[in-house]
Amino acid sequence: MKILNLLRIAWKAIILNKMRTFLTMLGVIIGVAAVITMLAIGEGSTQSIKEEISGMGSNMITISPGAGMQGGVRTDPGQMQSLKLSDYHAIKEKSSLITHISPQVSGNGQAINGAENWPTSIYGVTPEYLNIRVLELEDGSMFTDAEVKASSKVAVIGQTVRENLFSTEEDPIGKMIRFNKIPFRIIGVLSPKGENTFGQDQDDVILAPYTTVQKRILGINYVQSIVASAISEEKAPEAVNETYSILRKEHNILTGEEDDFNVFSMDELISMFNSTSEIMTALLVAIAGIALLIGGIGIMNIMYVSVKERTREIGLRLAVGGQSMDILVQFLIEAILISVTGGLIGVSLGITATLLIEHFLNWPTSITATSIIISFTVCAFTGIFFGWYPAKKASGLDPIVALRYE
Amino acid sequence: MGQETVEALRDVSFSIAEGEFVTIMGSSGSGKSTLLNILGCLDQPTSGSYEIDGLNVKDQKPNGLAKIRNEKIGFIFQSYNLLPRTSAIENVELPLLYNSAISKDIRRRRAIDALIRVGLEERLHHTPAQLSGGQQQRVAIARSLVNDPVVILADEATGNLDTRTSYEIMALFQELNISGKTIVFVTHEQDIANFSARTIELKDGNIIRNVQNHDIMLAAEELESLPKENI
Repeated sequence: MKILNLLRIAWKAIILNKMRTFLTMLGVIIGVAAVITMLAIGEGSTQSIKEEISGMGSNMITISPGAGMQGGVRTDPGQMQSLKLSDYHAIKEKSSLITHISPQVSGNGQAINGAENWPTSIYGVTPEYLNIRVLELEDGSMFTDAEVKASSKVAVIGQTVRENLFSTEEDPIGKMIRFNKIPFRIIGVLSPKGENTFGQDQDDVILAPYTTVQKRILGINYVQSIVASAISEEKAPEAVNETYSILRKEHNILTGEEDDFNVFSMDELISMFNSTSEIMTALLVAIAGIALLIGGIGIMNIMYVSVKERTREIGLRLAVGGQSMDILVQFLIEAILISVTGGLIGVSLGITATLLIEHFLNWPTSITATSIIISFTVCAFTGIFFGWYPAKKASGLDPIVALRYE
Repeated sequence: MGQETVEALRDVSFSIAEGEFVTIMGSSGSGKSTLLNILGCLDQPTSGSYEIDGLNVKDQKPNGLAKIRNEKIGFIFQSYNLLPRTSAIENVELPLLYNSAISKDIRRRRAIDALIRVGLEERLHHTPAQLSGGQQQRVAIARSLVNDPVVILADEATGNLDTRTSYEIMALFQELNISGKTIVFVTHEQDIANFSARTIELKDGNIIRNVQNHDIMLAAEELESLPKENI
C-alpha cells in the first residue's frame, strides 16, 4: 500500500518533468541500442564466416608446399615444387582418415568460345574434387578417372564462365572452348555457389583433369597442392597429423628437420577467423559498454541535479510525515523506472537498427537473446547504482535545512 | 569551521490548550524558529521535554517523529511550499500519501473537503502557477487540515501576502479556530497577533511576555474597514 503510494509519487515526478526524464533516458536508450546492434553485427559476421567456411567443405584438408630451403636460401612456398604426384598416391593409399583426395594444379588464362572470351582460372583435379569442395553439377557430368588417366581435353565449367562464353539459350554441353589455345570439350556445368568470404567468385572456374592441365597448360610434372577431405569434421585434426607423418616419411624428413610442406584443415581456418571476429566483437562490446556507462553517469547527473532542485520539495515531504526511507525509495523508484523504460526502448531501438542495417546495408547480423539480456541487465543495474547515491543523499537531508533551502 | 554552541531557547515553559489560538512573536534571533521546529517535531530539545497530545516527543526516533508530524501536526509555511505543476487536490493529498492506513478514495474525499473548507471548491484542479498568492496559501492551509491534526503550526503564513489578503487568511484562521482547531501562529507583526487570543513573546531565547488578549480583533471586520481595492 505504502510502496504503491511511493510508486505513484515517483511516477508523478517523472511525468511532470518530461524533458528531464527524456534526456536521462536517452543515455540509456543509446547505450542499450548500441550494445545490441554491435553484438548483432559481430555475431552475424562470425556466423556468416562459419557458414561460408563449412560451405567450402568443413572437413577439407589442404596440403601445400611449405617454406623450404634450397642451398641455404628460403624460397617462396608458391614456387616450391616439393609436392609430387607420388605424395598424392602415398596419402591416398596409406591414410585411413581420408575419404576423398585430389591433386590440384591451376593456371590463369583466357577462355574463348567463338567471338566471346573471358579471363578465368583452370583447375586441374580428379573427379573426387567435387566431393571435397562440396560442388554440384547442374548439367552434364564430371569427367571420369579414365579421362584423367588419358589426359582427355574435357572440362566442367562454372556459372560465371558459362554466362560469359555462352548466351542464355545456348546449351554449353558438348561445345568446344579454348583455354590458352588448347581446345576443351565441355561435359558439365557446375551449380552456382556465389562469392566466398573473401569476395572471390567461386563460379569463375573451369575444372579439367589434372593430367591435362599439367601437361597441356602448365608443362609441369609436380602438383601445386593436394586437397582432401577427412572422414568427418571431428577427425580432421587427426587426419592432418596422419598426413604429416605420411609425408615426412615420404620426403625423408628426419626428426628435428623442418617440413617442406604444410597441412591444414578448415578447422584451423575457422578458429583463426573466429579469433579475429572475437576480437572485433570484443571491441564493439567495449565501445557499447562505454556508451552504456555514459548513460549511467547521465542518470546519476540528472538524479543529482534533481535532488538539489527539489530540496525544498524533499523538506516538505519530510515535514508532512515522509520518512527518510520513503524519500530514498521514491528517488530509487524514479531511477529504476527511468532506466527500465529507457532499457526497453533501447532494446526495441537496437532490434530495429539491426534489422535496418541488415536490410539496407546487407550486413549479416544475428540478434542473440544473450545480448538483449546482458545489455538490459547492465542498464538496469547502472540505473539503480547511479540512482542510489543521489537518493541516499536526498533521504539524509534535515527537514529544517531542506525547507529553508534557496 | 568551528561549531559554536548557541543556546537558542532557555527556561521556556508554557502549555497550549486544545482549541486555543496562540501567536508566538519575536524579532529574528529571538529563538522563535527553534521553538517552532520543536513544536513541529522537526527538531528535538537538548534538554527539557515536549508533550503533544499526551505523547512525549523526547524519546521518539526520527521515524516516530515523522509519524507524529504526519498524524498530529499541520504545517503552513511563509512560502507556501506547494509542489509545482501539481493540482491543488494532489498538493492537499500529499500528507495522506505517507499514511498507508488511508485509502485512495478517502484521501481524495478528505482533500476535496479541506479545499471546500478554505473556499477553493472552484479551484480543485488548478496548479500553483494558476493561483494567486492568497489562493496558494489557502491550498497550503487545506493541506495542513487534511490529516485532521491536533495543532496547526503556521510560520509567518501571511509574510508574503499584502494586507488585504493577509486579513482574508487571518479571517480563515479565526474561522477554523472557532470550529475548534488549535492554532499556533508564528509572526513578527503585531497587527497579526491582535487576531489571536494569546501572545507569547520571545526575546533572546526567553519568554518575556505571555498574555491573554482581551481585545481580539475580528479579521472579517477589519477587512470591511480596509479601503476598497483600486482595480
